Amino acid sequence: MLNLVDILIENRIQVFSIIGSISLILIIFKLIKRKKLKEEYSLLWLGCGSIFLFFSIFKPLLQIFADSLGIIYAPSALLLMLIVSAFLILIQFSVVISKLSESNKNLIQEVGILKAEFKKLQSLVKDVK
Amino acid sequence: MITDKIIIIIPAYNEEKNISNVIRSLKEENFQFECVVINDGSKDDTQHMAEATGLATVIQLPANLGIGGAVQTGFKYAFYHKFDYAIQFDGDGQHLASEIKNLLAPIKANECDVCIGSRFVQKTQGFQSTFMRRVGIKIFEVLNKLLIGQKITDSTSGFRAYNKEAITFLASNYPTDYPEPETIILLGKNDFKVKEISVEMLERQGGESSISGLKSAYYMIKVVLAMLMTAQRQKIRRSIKNA
Repeated sequence: MLNLVDILIENRIQVFSIIGSISLILIIFKLIKRKKLKEEYSLLWLGCGSIFLFFSIFKPLLQIFADSLGIIYAPSALLLMLIVSAFLILIQFSVVISKLSESNKNLIQEVGILKAEFKKLQSLVKDVK
Repeated sequence: MITDKIIIIIPAYNEEKNISNVIRSLKEENFQFECVVINDGSKDDTQHMAEATGLATVIQLPANLGIGGAVQTGFKYAFYHKFDYAIQFDGDGQHLASEIKNLLAPIKANECDVCIGSRFVQKTQGFQSTFMRRVGIKIFEVLNKLLIGQKITDSTSGFRAYNKEAITFLASNYPTDYPEPETIILLGKNDFKVKEISVEMLERQGGESSISGLKSAYYMIKVVLAMLMTAQRQKIRRSIKNA
């Protein structure tokens, strides 16, 4: 028993990152379930979460990955992945915002035109009466 | 003979001081047209000033879109109502109603699809803008030459005439902020013929310029980037003229 605690303490960074990754994935699932997050926007988050989890569990693979990139301190490879995924998600945000502002613009334009047409119709109806 | 339907599109943002004079100056011209003011979510009384003239259809946008979004609203309106020609005319009193006929002439004669009123084709008597602005405009001229091979001397001019083909195209493709130089590239890239004629312009009668100070650096970078990007894009227009 004491032995397991020792191992856990010794590898506490690994324990933390596993817990962190699992929590991230669970939070995302919870948000999707409650319809607070759309499936299409959750994929990047889930993908990133899974990659973190994978490398947290299989530490030697992280070491191999770090070595192949010439990173001496393996956990900083994890940090690199974190930054890359944060960037990807932020870029996705910008794309979504651009799309939203485009459709928002179209809505505003159509509402403006419709209102003007409606006013014209109203005054026509008044004249007829 | 059926007369051509002409629409005059006036984008206006906080132009309560000018708008009624602008609308009235148009009515002094003796040809048939519909005047449409697009009030781009103004914070002042532009809406009522324009409506009070009783001479214009006023489209009130529920939020501020920027000049490009406002002008495009005009194109959409023109498209829905099947107008043959559209004139874009500033709401700040810079442009002269008497020049509209000259602007339309080359389009009616089928010489081009879009005609731009330029201050720099010939040295005109009127307002010529400040030195820094002319430098910027010169840069756009070089870019136009390089990117679409058309010589446009006054890319920032918002005094323009369009034919039906161009109206249809721009109703669904028009940049939102600082749209003028970018639109020239967009049009050129899609095989529209753009022509310039010399016009006189006045200094703005009131209101504030949309571009000043630090904003001008942002403006140049944004517009140049947009022009380069637009030139990279695939042609959007499918139909060929007269097809």
